[in-house]
Amino acid sequence: MLEYQFLGQLKRAFAIAKKDLRIYYKSGPVVIYGLIAPFFLFLAFFIGRNMPIERLFTGLIGMTIFFSSMSISPAIVPFEARSRTLERLVSTPVSVWAMFIGDVIASFLYGILISIVPVIIGLVLGVNIIHPLVLCLGMILAAFCFASFGILLSAYPPTDVPSTVMMISTLVKFPLVFISGVFVPISEMQDWGRIIASFSPLTYYTDLVNCCTQEISYYSVFADFIALIGFTLLFLITAIKIHEKTIPERLS
Amino acid sequence: MEPAIEVKGLTKDYKEITAVNRINFEVKNGEIFGFLGPNGAGKTTTIRILTGVIKPDSGAATIMDYSILKEPLKAKQIMSVVPEMANAYIDLTAWQNLMLTGELYGVNKKKRQERANHLLKEFKLYERRNHLARGFSKGMKQKLILCMALLTKPQVLFLDEPTSGLDVESARLIRDTIRQYNRDGTTIFLSTHNMEEANQLCDRIAIINHGKIAAIDSPENLRMKSSSLKSVEVSFNKPASANELSKISNVTQAKKIGDKIRLYTDEPHSVINSLIDYARSRGLTVISLNTLAPTLEDVFIKLIKEHKEH
Repeated sequence: MLEYQFLGQLKRAFAIAKKDLRIYYKSGPVVIYGLIAPFFLFLAFFIGRNMPIERLFTGLIGMTIFFSSMSISPAIVPFEARSRTLERLVSTPVSVWAMFIGDVIASFLYGILISIVPVIIGLVLGVNIIHPLVLCLGMILAAFCFASFGILLSAYPPTDVPSTVMMISTLVKFPLVFISGVFVPISEMQDWGRIIASFSPLTYYTDLVNCCTQEISYYSVFADFIALIGFTLLFLITAIKIHEKTIPERLS
Repeated sequence: MEPAIEVKGLTKDYKEITAVNRINFEVKNGEIFGFLGPNGAGKTTTIRILTGVIKPDSGAATIMDYSILKEPLKAKQIMSVVPEMANAYIDLTAWQNLMLTGELYGVNKKKRQERANHLLKEFKLYERRNHLARGFSKGMKQKLILCMALLTKPQVLFLDEPTSGLDVESARLIRDTIRQYNRDGTTIFLSTHNMEEANQLCDRIAIINHGKIAAIDSPENLRMKSSSLKSVEVSFNKPASANELSKISNVTQAKKIGDKIRLYTDEPHSVINSLIDYARSRGLTVISLNTLAPTLEDVFIKLIKEHKEH
């Protein structure tokens, strides 16, 4: 009986996450959008500009976790629909929510793993992390939030063409980077800019990183955490609801 | 005994096309049930509904008394599917595919490893267990998918065209496996185009056409019911005209098949006598003469034609 309940389904979600990591971590879109794109974006904006190392660190870690946590999740469903493995998954005793939590866990782990690299680079370059625990918690929440966002981006349209989803995902991701305090701190934005920034989950993560390295933050740490949790729940619940409705269409 | 599968008034529309139209049938516990029909008849849609992949627009279906609509996880737990298109994860090894299947069904580690070893040896894939499925031939992939379906020891096994496009040896291995698991108590729901396969394997057969069930019965009963499809096959030492032979009384149709002529009739004995008279009167010698019962293929074609006319 337990197998149909929460714990049993959660175990199955971890099995799906393991499968995703084995299959997708080295796929083209993941490498391009998760590693190469944020790296070059970082170089394009920060090289030659006279900025304190802490500002560079915020930009690098913000973009890395944002892009890497969202690199696998949008591509999984269309890939699996095309290769007809989604049909296999749907015919197994795994609930839709467990299936997508599995995909989120894979993206989350990948995002966290990749984001450790800029943290190490920052430490080597002499960045002083004043609140390491807050940074760790922030990274965990942000990676989970962005992974859930990736799942939401693949929910509609119910296509089996991965490039369509990756294009939509890119259209959403890049503007978000520009409005989230990665390049221009929120405190230096116009009022309208701050209002727009408040709709992006990345804003709250960069604010947390600024707090951890420079003790400068626009929102309180508590507000940043609450916002990240709120966005995660919103993305996850909406994504699962839409996927539940669109899976049959995707398979037909 | 409760049926293993019970289908009541199942309907599924795709825009303007009714893929499955209020179908009803039962599959008995422990039987091999064949599901035949031409392309686009509704076979795969029915299997997809019964395996919980898509939802019907109306009607109900139960697997071992679990409603596929109300208790889908419980129903899915006791069944397995071998879909028409190969869909193992090609970027995982055979072993990883099997372990993943076990984990998705909640089979504990020791049991899934034991079962996987046993099945890989049984299907002669053991040596390739650490190879990616990407490099497998169609036959090997199909065997791997069957291994994945059998790993969980399902009570009900759905197979959608399991031997389609396979070489003779692989097809025979799969047919033998179906028989063996059925002997051990697994109920089999088999969709196939291969009439001989259905004839050899199935206890009962349903023929579906345009989303409706045209007939359900045992292969033998279906043949018996189609008495008009009995035939007499004759060959003479010299060519004879099929057109002329079709005029013999009680012959409904005459067809030239190679060097033989097949005469369809309800009364084979009377036609044999007439053929002897015909040969004598024209100075012909009968080289061979056989009476033939209708094949399942004949029955299938007749039923599909009748169904179209209605």
